[in-house]
Amino acid sequence: MAADSSFKILIVDESPIRAAILEEGLREAGFTAVSHVSEMRSLLARIYAIDPDVILIDLENPSRDVLEQMFQVSRVVRRPIAMFVDQSDSASIQASVDAGVSAYVVDGLRKERIKPVLDLCISRFNAFARLQDELDRTRSALEERKVIDRAKGILMKLKQLTEEEAYVLMRSTAMREKKKIADIAQSIVTAAEVLK
Amino acid sequence: MSLTPLRIGFIPLVDAAALVVAVDRGFAAEEGLDVALVREVSWSNVRDKLNLGLFDAAHLLAPVAIASSLGLGHIKVPIAVPLTLAVNGNAITASSALHAAIMAELPGEPTDPLATAQALARVVEQRRRSGAEPLTFAMTFPFSTHNYQLRFWMAAGGVDPDNDVKLVVLPPPLMVDSLASGQVDAFCVGAPWNSVAVDQGVGHILHLMSDLLMRAAEKVLAVRLSWANENPATVAALVRACRRAALFVEAPEHRDETVAILARPDRLGVSPDVIVRTLAGRLKVSPDGATRGSDRYLLVGRDGASRPERVQAAWLFAQMVRWGQVRLTPDALAVAKSVFRPDLYDAALGGRETIAAQPGDGIGAFTGPAFDADDLEGHLASFAIRRPFAG
Repeated sequence: MAADSSFKILIVDESPIRAAILEEGLREAGFTAVSHVSEMRSLLARIYAIDPDVILIDLENPSRDVLEQMFQVSRVVRRPIAMFVDQSDSASIQASVDAGVSAYVVDGLRKERIKPVLDLCISRFNAFARLQDELDRTRSALEERKVIDRAKGILMKLKQLTEEEAYVLMRSTAMREKKKIADIAQSIVTAAEVLK
Repeated sequence: MSLTPLRIGFIPLVDAAALVVAVDRGFAAEEGLDVALVREVSWSNVRDKLNLGLFDAAHLLAPVAIASSLGLGHIKVPIAVPLTLAVNGNAITASSALHAAIMAELPGEPTDPLATAQALARVVEQRRRSGAEPLTFAMTFPFSTHNYQLRFWMAAGGVDPDNDVKLVVLPPPLMVDSLASGQVDAFCVGAPWNSVAVDQGVGHILHLMSDLLMRAAEKVLAVRLSWANENPATVAALVRACRRAALFVEAPEHRDETVAILARPDRLGVSPDVIVRTLAGRLKVSPDGATRGSDRYLLVGRDGASRPERVQAAWLFAQMVRWGQVRLTPDALAVAKSVFRPDLYDAALGGRETIAAQPGDGIGAFTGPAFDADDLEGHLASFAIRRPFAG
């Protein structure tokens, strides 16, 4: 089904990468009127200028409270309201809050027309979170690798071991103490620094 | 015995002290609770995550608990408040320029809110005549004590908050920068942000909120009513842990430990010095070093502050009516009052505490007649500036 490209979507996100991922997804799905704002100081002015039908905002953004106020009092823009305030779809709201995004929709826009936007938004936000997670894990694995190498070097020097013997010693200690090798390595590095 | 796991949301403000100390000092664990505190960046997030069940409880703006229960602004979810986390604690801070302008027009004492509000009215009028932009005031949320307190104050001097000035929401961490850059002329917010503005030399504290109101419920411990009904023992345990922590926070001999807990980067993450001043009720109000003290500036647990009094809920509801956020009906008033649950508080602590003297109407406002929750229409009729409910 060709998506409804007629309504205007505004993405409010300080993360340019996540916003780009979402924007690309929306365009692929046929939503062409998509804009992005990352500068919170000009947020209200941009919203007035764009006059969006749907606003998507990430939950790490403190400016969400600014939007709530605008929608309470505004007589200038059409009043968008928090998504599905009619309470008919709390599962959707829960899924989006879980994914870390919230949507505001101009009053009167039918729910069926918004659903594809929201579903896409949730899946892209989740995909971004997985990427971020993977990146964090890779980063911490790299850090662990570095610490283990340093600890190995310390053991080799102090106890006249080969690299392999040093590693085996750490591994057996880790198993005996039910700890991760990286934790044992960190203790060795810390101890070596203290005793320097 | 295994502990009951709970997720509780909070915003990094000094008035979350009782909740944070209850968890970090181990009082919650002693009550059989394993609490994960989750720091949030917006009141909208706290509200949504509480309402949707992602949080079991939350540190919440008192008016948001009422708004959720009435379905204002978002999904209707009945909330129960078994304990007040803080009474008072806000302040109004003005830019150096606005502060000077108000002081130049002051018809009375600078600590008299009626005098400063009348001076503000003159400043507003001068700006209008000279064609200057209206003044911009920032607060934290549409359903916030800050919103109602700013309005209550300026309207007393004849300033219409909806027509004579611009009233905007700003996330508290952005307030000081916005004051420095001239985007806002004044703001109303809780600790630590007023002190941060003074320390950076960009603002003067114009009023401690206790100048305006003797007692104003500020932040509450909020749970979903359905959850409270299903988990009465857990609610009681949480109330006891927070009450014990509130008294701990108030005890001068535990001040250093309290401040160390609150200042941690994953809690408030601000300078310990600012927290010390807030808890001591002794604030630096001007960049030149002048200080002001009030023994009512922030009540975390003393003087019966923890008990969620229904008159407080009624007063907040009255402000919502006054400013057109809700229609006054007996049903809506009854719902608002029933959000505050002194019965749950008393049951958890095993009886009624004796509480020292309080203002006769429970509020002690600087202007207007004594608050009367039984005749809100009559009470509100005595205030000239109001906004009709727009639906």
